[in-house]
Amino acid sequence: MHFNFNEEEEKFRDEVRAFLDENLPEGADRHDPVFLMEWNAKVREKRWVGFSWPKEVGGGGGGIVEQVILKEEMAKRRAPALGTCFMGLAWVGPSIVQYGTEEQKERFIPDILDGKYQWCTGYSEPDYGSDLASLQCKGVLEGDEYVVNGQKIWTSLAMWAEWIILLVRTDPKPAVKHDGITCLLVKMDSPGIERRPIQNMSGGSMFAEVFFNDVRVPVNNRLGAEGQGWQVTISALANERSGIAEVTGMIRKLEELKELARKTNKNGRPATEDTRVRGRIARFEAQIEAMRLNGMRYLTKQLKGEPLSSETSVNKLHRAELEVTMGDFALDLLGSTGHYRAGSDAAVDGGKWQTGALNWPDVVIGGGTPNIQKNIIAERILGLPKD
Amino acid sequence: MNFGFTEEQELLRSEVRKFLDDQCPMEQVRKIMESESGYSAELWTQLAELGWLGLTIPEEYGGAGLGWVDLVVLLEETGRSLFPSPFISTTLTAAAILEAGNDEQKKAWLPALANGSAIGTLALLEQVDVLSADGITLLAKTDGDDFILTGEKSFVNDAGAATHFVVAFRTGEGAEDLGLAVIERDAEGVNAQSFPGIDQTKRVGSLSLENVRVASDAVLGTAGQAWPLISRLLDRGAIAVTAEMVGAAEGALYMTVQFAKDRIQFGDPIGRYQGVKHPLAEMYVDVESFKSMVYYAAWTIDESPGEAERSVSLAKAYATDAFTRIGIDGVQLHGAVGYTAEYDIQLYLKRSKWARPMFGDADHHYERVASLGGL
Ligand SMILES: Cc1cc2nc3c(=O)[nH]c(=O)nc-3n(C[C@H](O)[C@H](O)[C@H](O)COP(=O)(O)OP(=O)(O)OC[C@H]3O[C@@H](n4cnc5c(N)ncnc54)[C@H](O)[C@@H]3O)c2cc1C
Ligand SMILES: Cc1cc2nc3c(=O)[nH]c(=O)nc-3n(C[C@H](O)[C@H](O)[C@H](O)COP(=O)(O)OP(=O)(O)OC[C@H]3O[C@@H](n4cnc5c(N)ncnc54)[C@H](O)[C@@H]3O)c2cc1C
Repeated sequence: MHFNFNEEEEKFRDEVRAFLDENLPEGADRHDPVFLMEWNAKVREKRWVGFSWPKEVGGGGGGIVEQVILKEEMAKRRAPALGTCFMGLAWVGPSIVQYGTEEQKERFIPDILDGKYQWCTGYSEPDYGSDLASLQCKGVLEGDEYVVNGQKIWTSLAMWAEWIILLVRTDPKPAVKHDGITCLLVKMDSPGIERRPIQNMSGGSMFAEVFFNDVRVPVNNRLGAEGQGWQVTISALANERSGIAEVTGMIRKLEELKELARKTNKNGRPATEDTRVRGRIARFEAQIEAMRLNGMRYLTKQLKGEPLSSETSVNKLHRAELEVTMGDFALDLLGSTGHYRAGSDAAVDGGKWQTGALNWPDVVIGGGTPNIQKNIIAERILGLPKD
Repeated sequence: MNFGFTEEQELLRSEVRKFLDDQCPMEQVRKIMESESGYSAELWTQLAELGWLGLTIPEEYGGAGLGWVDLVVLLEETGRSLFPSPFISTTLTAAAILEAGNDEQKKAWLPALANGSAIGTLALLEQVDVLSADGITLLAKTDGDDFILTGEKSFVNDAGAATHFVVAFRTGEGAEDLGLAVIERDAEGVNAQSFPGIDQTKRVGSLSLENVRVASDAVLGTAGQAWPLISRLLDRGAIAVTAEMVGAAEGALYMTVQFAKDRIQFGDPIGRYQGVKHPLAEMYVDVESFKSMVYYAAWTIDESPGEAERSVSLAKAYATDAFTRIGIDGVQLHGAVGYTAEYDIQLYLKRSKWARPMFGDADHHYERVASLGGL
């Protein structure tokens, strides 16, 4: 057991740090569009976008340990994201790398790496969320086109995305419901697609409903074989799972919470003198440390070539709980000043804590709810009978 | 980076597990826990022969010369089996002598601890849950180079079995004027007592000292400067106990999982109902999590002492809360049979109650985490 990185890995860390020193100077405005454009071009040139993807498709061909180092160092300096096509990088690209034809790789991967446009994900339907494999949006092969009819919902970024990775049912009566699902890559401006934004409870509107009315999709936009959509999805979800990158974000959030505690009073005394406040913060720290170390243990398993799957639900559950409890804790610290709505002058720190306390569904519900994660652990790891 | 065990460590694990499964299954554990001494002298000798009692003692003093990560492997298994023995106490005694003793002291005591002829324990604190220098009030009188000790030590693990006590005493009123000495059980004025405990697989007692003479060759390190060592011993104690909690919690979890697969109610195994399934999944998340933290803490003791305080406190605090819940849910999910003396799950619940305050409860350790984290 050791936690040191070898010489080569440390050299890589130095390289990342040097790059950051040069390209992300103290005080750089991370929201300045000109700066962001230059930044994106530079990290792309370093092949740090798609870091672990094969070199042949334009990725960096890097290893997972180096990827951890890269993400760690980037997070420490609060660097802008590596690449701008969020879902393209997280799972669409990896799925195309694994299941796509040569033609598809050439057509899609460079654009994803360059962040030319956004992708979105069409899995959930109004009647099928947790029970994803029961989805009903229909795809019927007619000649060399699939004709798609049905509806998707909660489609993040759908209003902005140029492409959607879509799951449709191509076999209405399969022996098992996981069969008969097919994955299609669909242009969002195809005739017959209609999108309607949905407002969320914190006032944002980052997801939408998407309707499909006789939408025609060329068969060479099918990812994987017909009926293989479920496998494509599962392995896509398994692609981004060492879970360490999120932890550095959580560590940062904890530090911000401590800062908030330092400038807050509780019962007329500094909040940091309150034993309950101290205890709650320490508990968050323990949970975040658990996530960090679980992540490292699972990473070690991967390095030894042991496949990971359901273990990732462990940290998803921690993350869900932390997101909710840390959000509420911030509001507790703010007390009645926490009532002021984000964006108003009266709100402390511009109201980011209030927004945070309302945005937990992003990570709690998005990507599968806690109940579903618990079913996964109980059934696939502990071997209990299925629901 | 490699956050896993070596092949040797995995081999050690399977050897220990096999030994305990064969030699000390639950019926045997129950026999031992009901016995007067609370441990089996015969198994103790076998552990010595297998080299496990001296696992962390250097080879030159009769041990195997391994580290705390190796020790964690062993402790996880003794925890899983609820193996009753003064193993943790003896290991901590060896750690004290190893860190602060001179060569003669090491030669005098370590081989005996490794070969099982001596059983050691720590007798550090007097006040309930004060794990600081303030918790030690026993004031030593000096007589030439010797110290004369009179007083009472509480919460002494394995007091009944121990042949050697590592005793903390004061040399002055100062916050950290502390010393440590090794006192033998049969010395004049020593009286050790064992009391029936909440967890019968563990023995706790007290040590009373009346004008006990401690010659300078029994003092570990420099009298008056022992606090840093005592503090490290408390941390090691915490990690040893938590390592056993990993095994015990995992034992309780899988025992309950098996029960949930076997027990039929409403026409189905109860493991099909989410009211049963979900708490089991939560137990798994907790066990995985404090397991990672214990492994890391053990590693810091060996390789990165600067991080040890924080990592030990995080592990012990998290495990203390989590194992408590696991004990309770384990019994609850067994239904009424879980409440019976006959079923084993309640033994694990009792272990969780024993482990809670041991070497610092969750509040103590979370407070330390807060301080170390700049609050
Ligand atoms: C911010 C956000 C972004 C999202 N982005 C996308 C996206 O881009 N693309 C996309 O396809 N989807 C997206 N989703 C949808 C998300 O994947 C689903 O919301 C999620 O899987 C839950 O499905 P549902 O909302 O239909 O809830 P339901 O499945 O109706 O569940 C309702 C409640 O019942 C519980 N439940 C359901 N089944 C069981 C069971 N068997 N056992 C126990 N409890 C159960 C659930 O845990 C939940 O608490 C997003 C969701 C959110 C909140
Ligand atoms: C102190 C004590 C006194 C008692 N006194 C009496 C008495 O005087 N008279 C009498 O008749 N009985 C008595 N009982 C028995 C008591 O009513 C039963 O123990 C209780 O109903 C549970 O049944 P069980 O023990 O068979 O557990 P099981 O039914 O085997 O349940 C085991 C676990 O599975 C869970 N479970 C079972 N089915 C489901 C489900 N469908 N969904 C979710 N979870 C499920 C349970 O909640 C429990 O956690 C007593 C029990 C105790 C502990």
